[in-house]
Amino acid sequence: MTEEIIIAGFGGQGVLSMGKILAYSGIMQDQEVSWMPSYGPEMRGGTANVTVIISDERISSPVLNAFDSAIVLNQQSMDKFEPLVKPGGTLIYDPNGITHHPTRTDISIYQIEGARLAAEGGNPKIFNMIILGGFLKVKPIINLDNLEKGLKKSLPARHHNLIPMNIEAVQTGMKELKVIHQL
Amino acid sequence: MAEVKLMKGNEVIAETAIRCGCDGYFGYPITPQSEVMETLMLRKPWEETGMVVLQAESELAAINMVYGGASCGKKVMTSSSSPGISLKQEGITYIAGAELPCLVVDVMRGGPGLGTIQPSQSDYFQATKGGGHGDYHLIVLAPASVQEMSDFVVLGFELAFKYRNPAMVLADGVIGQMMEKVVLPDYTPRWTEEEIEKMSGDWALTGKKNRQHHIITSLELEAPRQEVFNEKLQRKYREIEANEVRYEALYCEDADYIFVAYGSCARICQKSIQLAREEGIKVGLLRPITLYPFPTQPISDLCSKVKGFLSVEMSAGQMVEDVRLAVDGRVKVDFYGRMGGVVPTPEEIVVALKNKFKI
Repeated sequence: MTEEIIIAGFGGQGVLSMGKILAYSGIMQDQEVSWMPSYGPEMRGGTANVTVIISDERISSPVLNAFDSAIVLNQQSMDKFEPLVKPGGTLIYDPNGITHHPTRTDISIYQIEGARLAAEGGNPKIFNMIILGGFLKVKPIINLDNLEKGLKKSLPARHHNLIPMNIEAVQTGMKELKVIHQL
Repeated sequence: MAEVKLMKGNEVIAETAIRCGCDGYFGYPITPQSEVMETLMLRKPWEETGMVVLQAESELAAINMVYGGASCGKKVMTSSSSPGISLKQEGITYIAGAELPCLVVDVMRGGPGLGTIQPSQSDYFQATKGGGHGDYHLIVLAPASVQEMSDFVVLGFELAFKYRNPAMVLADGVIGQMMEKVVLPDYTPRWTEEEIEKMSGDWALTGKKNRQHHIITSLELEAPRQEVFNEKLQRKYREIEANEVRYEALYCEDADYIFVAYGSCARICQKSIQLAREEGIKVGLLRPITLYPFPTQPISDLCSKVKGFLSVEMSAGQMVEDVRLAVDGRVKVDFYGRMGGVVPTPEEIVVALKNKFKI
């Protein structure tokens, strides 16, 4: 199994930390992992993306041009990454702020209203975990036990009291995922 | 078993330096390697091992602090990215000329000039052919993973002291910024004054005590004497070339074509190999781990078995010159590269291979 994932959105949405939690959880599941962020001027201008690879085998290129899964959190990222999902692959997006919805018919498309759900829950910080839950519903490559272990590893000890809230957010995301187009 | 961590290449440089008993780090921040000093400052190793971490007023100051520390037989290092390494070249040639051990880490970005902050490999010539003036070489190690960022800090110091020669870890923005699994080395204590005296007491500035004073200099006013010194340096480089070549050969046994690539390009080429082999094109990878000394013989040995070599670099074509020297006209050598901070995709490398070798 090799899953090549791009997570893309605005800086501050928790894109990089979502990738880090996913990668750490992969390690807890004895997988090979890589995490490659965009760190160029585009990051300083507001958009951020990270390529995460989780695999049974030694990982070759950490930099990719085609992805099994794209998690898209703003319009710029939709424009850039919808065309880069491999045929048969998966696109998951938050419709908040999206003006041009994805149109491809050769990939599976799912929606998760992370921004709305996080606002309703009164905690915008769990946004990225709701999105991650949506992703894991479609691609159950990490089980919840290992995700919890991954959270413990990637969060400083003083934030470990927030782990149950994060797991709850992941479960919310799993529940609220909407199928737009399934292959 | 040692703990597996998820860390950035740059963070690993800092953490390994602390763990391998480094005495001092002197630097000046620059993207994409600022996390090296940031990590050191957060870790405060001066409280733990006594290691000095100092943000100098400039790159020139930093490299000259390294010169000073190395003169005393201490395990010292600096790190920077391309424009900063250019500024350090005067100090580096003085350190090479004074035959001092130290470690320089270069996390390359696009050039020339201030260039870009994205990954590049356009400082191969600078790193392997000198960089500063005079006939000298650095021992140059090219990590292709976060684990090797750790391994090569340890190895770099080891080789630097073995040969009394500056060593360089030549990485790029991809390897510096990415996170992967890493197992860090156990702690090695910093050398005591007695250990330094025992190991480097015949040259290091350890205090005159009851012996003749030592002079650390790269200046010699008599040309014939400087020639004798140069001959000694060259004998050292021949010894390094004979003993320290390191490389990795992947899928070369049945290959018709060989990618020659180092650092992040070697990783990208491994994906290209998967893609090419799915199409029935048998490609292998020869990955130089030491860029100086260059794996000339392993490349030469492959000439009788393959149809050609493609050097893949994030440059306009630098390492390809060393590949051509190794191949010496026996089979075709071609080049594919991207410049200015653009990272090639695995797919475009396969297209380049097919076009250049008419496959």
